[in-house]
Amino acid sequence: MVASEYLRPKDFEEAYNLMIESKKNYLVAGGAWLKLSVKSAEKLISLDGLDLDKIQVNTDYIEIGSMVTLRTVEINNDIKNLYGGILSNAIHKIMGINIRNLATLGGSVMGKFAFSDIFPALLVLNTKLVFYKQGEICLEDFLANPKMAKDILTKIIIKKEPGEGFFKKVAITPLDFSVLNIAVSKNKEGFKISVGSTPYIAKLATNAMSYINNLSKITETEILKCSEMVVEELKFSKNNRGSKEYRVEIAKVYVKRGLKKVIANES
Amino acid sequence: MKVKINVNQQIKVFECEAGDFLLETLRENNYLSVRRGCDTTSCGVCTVLLDGKPVPSCSLLTVKADGHEITTVEGIQAEAEKLGKHFGDEGADQCGYCNPSLALTVYAMKSELVNPTIDDIKEYLVGNLCRCTGYIAQERAILSYLGDKS
Repeated sequence: MVASEYLRPKDFEEAYNLMIESKKNYLVAGGAWLKLSVKSAEKLISLDGLDLDKIQVNTDYIEIGSMVTLRTVEINNDIKNLYGGILSNAIHKIMGINIRNLATLGGSVMGKFAFSDIFPALLVLNTKLVFYKQGEICLEDFLANPKMAKDILTKIIIKKEPGEGFFKKVAITPLDFSVLNIAVSKNKEGFKISVGSTPYIAKLATNAMSYINNLSKITETEILKCSEMVVEELKFSKNNRGSKEYRVEIAKVYVKRGLKKVIANES
Repeated sequence: MKVKINVNQQIKVFECEAGDFLLETLRENNYLSVRRGCDTTSCGVCTVLLDGKPVPSCSLLTVKADGHEITTVEGIQAEAEKLGKHFGDEGADQCGYCNPSLALTVYAMKSELVNPTIDDIKEYLVGNLCRCTGYIAQERAILSYLGDKS
C-alpha cells in the first residue's frame, strides 16, 4: 500500500482533525481489511496512543475500547459469561486466530460489513457505541444510518445483565463468510431476534419480537409463527454464497432453534 | 522512516515506508522463512508472532510493530525442530513452504491453551489454510508433539 505518512496523534482532537482534513487520510485500526480496501493514502492515522485497547467491567456495563482485538474480546471472562457467551461464540468463528489477534472490535463495527457475525450478536445485547464528537449512539441507529458524519469510535458499551443467548453462523467451511447468521437473546424484558448476512446487514426483527414478547404462553405453534414473521419482515436475497430461498428456510430453522434454546436454558 | 523491532530477541532497526506491511520488511531484511501466500489476510502462510501471538504479517503495518517483539520460526528453532521430527514421523511433511507459519501457530497454541482437545486444536489452527500433506497426519503429529515432554 502506498501512504505518504504515518502519524501518531496524542489526543482525540488531533486524530479527528487529521481525519477530516482529507478524504485520503485514514484511521488505522487493526489492519485486517486495510490492504484490501485502501490502495493509496496520504496520511495513516494511528489510534494506538489513545488508550483504546482496554476492556473495563463495572457493575452494570462492559466497556470495550475500540482498539481491543477480536481475540481479546472473545476470551474475556465477563464477555464469555454474558448471555451464554453469545458474543464470544460469534467472534470465535471469524477467520483464524491470527486474524482475530489483528482485527479490532472497533474496526469490525466501523466496517459495517453485511456478512459480519458481530452485528447480530451485538444487536440482541444492549449495545451502545461511543463516538468522540457525537457521543453515544445506539447500535441500531448506527446501522440504520448510512450517512453518518465522520467520527472516531472510542468504545462499545454492552449492558451487563442476566440473560440467555443463541448464535449460529451458517457457512460451508470455517473460513467462509456467513451465508446467514442468526442471534436470539432473552432477558427479563423479553426476546430479541436478529438475522444478518441476508445478504444485507444484520437487523432486529422487531415485529416478530413484539409478537412473541406479548404472548402469555409460548408453545411450538407460537415459535413457528414467530420464525415465519422474522422472514416476512426482514429482506432476504441471493448472492454467490446462497439463494434467497435457502436463506429464508435456514433462517426459520435457526430462529426456532434459538428461541427453544434460550427458553430451555432459562428454565 | 525508521522502526525499532525486537526480532527473535535481537533489537533491529529497519527502514520502511508508512504503508509497508511487515511481511515485506522482514523479507527485505532476509527473514526468508516468512512466506508470502495469498497476501490478502486469508491463508496464514505469512504468520509471525507479535508479542507471542500469531498474526498475519501480510496485513500488519510495519510501523505498528515498532517497539514490539516479533518472532519468526528462526526464533523458536529448538521447538520447531522437535515439531518437525513429529511431522516427519507421521509422514506429514512435504514441500515445507507452509511449515514455518504452522510451527509458529502450534508453538503459540502450546503456550496459550491448557490441555486442548482435538477440536480446540483444529479451531486454533483453522487460520493456517496452507497445509499440503493434508490435515489428518498433521493432527497426529501435533498431538504427539504436545505430549512430548523431552
